[in-house]
Amino acid sequence: MKSNEKNTLTEEKVNSLLKRKERLAKSKKITGLTFVWIMLLIMYLPIMYLILFSFTESKIIGQWNGFSIASYIRLFSTKYPDSIKIWTAAWNTLWIALVSSLLSTLLGTCGAIGMHFLSKKIKAAFNLATQIPIVNAEIVMALSLVILFAFLGLRTSIFSLIIGHMVLTLPFVVINVQPKLEQMDPSLYEAAMDLGATRAGALFKVMIPDIVPGILSGFMISMTLSLDDYVITSFTKPSTGEDFHTISTYVNGLLSKATLPIQLRSFTAIIFGLIVVLMIAYSIFNIRKGKKA
Amino acid sequence: MSNSKVVDNMTSIASRRSNHVKEPRKIFSIPYGVFLVLFIIFPILLIFFYAFTNKEGNFTLDNFKSLFVNGQASSTLKVIGTSLGVAALTTVICIIIAYPIAYILANSKFNKNKVLVYLFLLPMWINFVIRTIATKQILEFIGLDSKMYPWICSIIGMVYNYLPFTILPLYNTMLKLDKSQIEAAADLGANPVHVFFKTIVPMTIPGIVSASTMTFMPTMSSYVITDALSNRTIQLIGKQIESKFMLDQLNVGSVYAIIMLILIGASVIIENIFSEKKGAR
Repeated sequence: MKSNEKNTLTEEKVNSLLKRKERLAKSKKITGLTFVWIMLLIMYLPIMYLILFSFTESKIIGQWNGFSIASYIRLFSTKYPDSIKIWTAAWNTLWIALVSSLLSTLLGTCGAIGMHFLSKKIKAAFNLATQIPIVNAEIVMALSLVILFAFLGLRTSIFSLIIGHMVLTLPFVVINVQPKLEQMDPSLYEAAMDLGATRAGALFKVMIPDIVPGILSGFMISMTLSLDDYVITSFTKPSTGEDFHTISTYVNGLLSKATLPIQLRSFTAIIFGLIVVLMIAYSIFNIRKGKKA
Repeated sequence: MSNSKVVDNMTSIASRRSNHVKEPRKIFSIPYGVFLVLFIIFPILLIFFYAFTNKEGNFTLDNFKSLFVNGQASSTLKVIGTSLGVAALTTVICIIIAYPIAYILANSKFNKNKVLVYLFLLPMWINFVIRTIATKQILEFIGLDSKMYPWICSIIGMVYNYLPFTILPLYNTMLKLDKSQIEAAADLGANPVHVFFKTIVPMTIPGIVSASTMTFMPTMSSYVITDALSNRTIQLIGKQIESKFMLDQLNVGSVYAIIMLILIGASVIIENIFSEKKGAR
């Protein structure tokens, strides 16, 4: 009887202690998450601000002149030179990113495969050279490329721009493919060869499928870097003919002007919407894949 | 006797076979190697060549003199000092803000899926020049005019832009944190401050080091943000290189590039010292 009482007493004590601990953890969790959400809010504030004012027709952001979708209509009308400039810059940004990323992915994947079979010393030299553009300041790479083309007596052109973006992105393809090659089971490749596969067959059926995730993430990082690039683009973009602009260089050129074209707000809003949709689609795709596996 | 001969034979066949399998794959690295030499290594060597020559290609020290002699030294040193100052300040603020964020994101108690992590990375997909312009306008809206407060505005812009680059490496190290050590420290009576400085911080030093370099290096050379948010009053090394490029003074620009390379080399050495210390423990 007595021992039983004692037991319930200690049980109560333990329970209250546990509850206190739980409450403490809960309050900690709430403070932590509040902090994170406040930071997120601040991070998104400038973009949300642009998007909010894409729905009004005032020259200056921060001045609400009533709801209007004029900035969207203007963006899609060819009557306004600013709209044409934005779309041309957007198209340039996109195709430069696609072409340079594809070339980087191809060259980088081949390079990583080749490097995998090199002797240790030469491989170390390759790895060191691969690290240079990653560690180096972008502006030094940009200047060095301009000097290279000046040295060769060439003007900067689309070619130098693509090369510039490849210098920027290529190392990231290589460092993304390399770990996948190292994880690969070398005996599989040899087994394929022993079982009569041709070299090309072994390469495409055994090796490439194993490293596809690395190739894809290398390509994605290349696209991200290339789309966002300003410094290398402004140095290596074509210097002759009519003004060549990507979004970065076009918008930077607007900085000195008093007012920004209102289409820029609707353009940003559309791009942001697109990114959100892509992100959600990607997450859903990942979740489904996770469920299947 | 005959047995060992057979083994010898077999190993020689095996090694020949594996050579035969491996050798031809090497050639895949040739195009990449050519690209590295032609567009990465050779251009950097050219920077040194240009720094020590004039427009005609004759050897000269005038490029260095133009930056460090005849009263120019103070303004050049000011640019270097400003760059280091902006970079250091941005890095420290970024780490102070990013550290708790990364800790919370990596802790499964707070964050069960990766959605929050993605949310922090999402703004990176909006062009950073557009983001900078938006930052400038919102700062003006709340009364922080870039003409009146160039330093505050520039640092806010820098932190805003580089925060995701600081969060990511920290987050990756914190995912691998040994939670039992933290719990053990707490159970053995360490107060939260001690737990933080004696167990969590030492375990995350590699993340702090890589986050610092990810932030410090690009900040020093990125002139777009300071241009926009300081009304071109804060001059970084990157800005100097750009203006020399605009004036077609590639030789003088090369000297600035060399200064930049020296600073990069120094920070790489510092990074290595810190990560080695960690490795030795």
